[in-house]
Amino acid sequence: MNGVHDLGGTDGLGPVPVEKDEPIWHADWERAAFGMFSMPFRAGFFGVDQFRYGIEQMHPAVYLLSPYYEHWMHAAEHYGVEKGVLDPADIEERTRYYLENPDAPLPQRSDPELLEFVNAVVSAGAPAGRESDKKAAFAVGDRVTVIDSSPYGHTRRARYIRGRTGEVVLAHGTFIYPDSAGNGHGDAPEHVYTVRFTNSELWGDEAAEPNGFVYFDVWEPYIVPAAGTEGSAA
Amino acid sequence: MSSTPIQPPSIRTQEEIAARVKALEAIMIEKGIMTTEAVDRLTEIYEKEVGPQLGAAVVAKAWTDPEFKERLLSDGTGTCRELGIGGLQGEDMVVVENTETVHNVIVCTLCSCYPWPVLGLPPNWYKGPEYRARIVREPRKVLRDDFGLDLPDSVEVRVWDSSSEMRYWVLPRRPEGTDGMSERALAGIVTRDSMIGTGVVPAP
Repeated sequence: MNGVHDLGGTDGLGPVPVEKDEPIWHADWERAAFGMFSMPFRAGFFGVDQFRYGIEQMHPAVYLLSPYYEHWMHAAEHYGVEKGVLDPADIEERTRYYLENPDAPLPQRSDPELLEFVNAVVSAGAPAGRESDKKAAFAVGDRVTVIDSSPYGHTRRARYIRGRTGEVVLAHGTFIYPDSAGNGHGDAPEHVYTVRFTNSELWGDEAAEPNGFVYFDVWEPYIVPAAGTEGSAA
Repeated sequence: MSSTPIQPPSIRTQEEIAARVKALEAIMIEKGIMTTEAVDRLTEIYEKEVGPQLGAAVVAKAWTDPEFKERLLSDGTGTCRELGIGGLQGEDMVVVENTETVHNVIVCTLCSCYPWPVLGLPPNWYKGPEYRARIVREPRKVLRDDFGLDLPDSVEVRVWDSSSEMRYWVLPRRPEGTDGMSERALAGIVTRDSMIGTGVVPAP
């Protein structure tokens, strides 16, 4: 989707708000909102690509103006409701209750397995690499152009690289394809490549800073051989 | 895309967000999806165990052990694992080296991807719209005006937009005047921003 989250190259946002000695959490609720991603993930609410797509569906004005971890809360709520596990009316009612009684305790429950899951997932991770017998259509050194299309739904095809031509500099193997998984359609692995774009290719000679490149990772369906070239590994 | 009218935006107050988070927590606890002890454990990991001190240890080892450095640059994930470092949001790490003529900096323009196992959780500015919008378009200006890092035009600037699950991070340059320092002491001078690429390691 052509969403507000796709920020690369947007002008007019002002200076980077660097906070000296920034704490990990700016409020207690941020801890819980952060903690909230792993458990609905385990419960099968979403994978990481769907999680991102949930955030992308926030209202654009709210996306830009809300504190970061509210985005995470939004994703948990979005998929919880979609899965039928969370009832919107119940959420509103309890929110009113905790607004009036901010110190009211949470229900208590213990679950050693969940604790074990948290420890295990942090150290082992949740790899996105997937086996596939698909042959790579491109190789390091190939000149490629990003297809200039605007799909609906989740994609990692940022607007600022669409239609741009660069060089494949790394080939990573096959990974979950976000344009499928993020839209609830399964892993559908595709080859991932890092493509290097010159600043002037992205921003034009007049605006581009000198002597610089942007490296952007693409899945194979995002790219075609640049005009006048062939995919070399084919 | 959809015929459902979009709700007009409401920007919630901190109190409203806190109450809503608590409401969701309460329901998920009752539904057996979540526990407060698991939240406490998860947050404790990123408060006390996983943070930029781990990346700093990797950098210091790379500065003092050329073979380790070579392995690190060719296999970031596997080589960090030698030190017991890796996991969530660092399943596939690529380490890029700053040199006299090349300066690397990382971003995620589409969300907030960041190499957690070596840097911990990202600062707010890394996840905010300003940095994500500007660092790909005017990296020299952002580094100079917002981070006080003025790079001459002769230094090539490479911006890595973490659009896939590959997690890039920067092996900063070892500063002058550190020849006699131990690996441990070197780890102590490596900053988080130097591994993002918005800073350099200052000479001690």
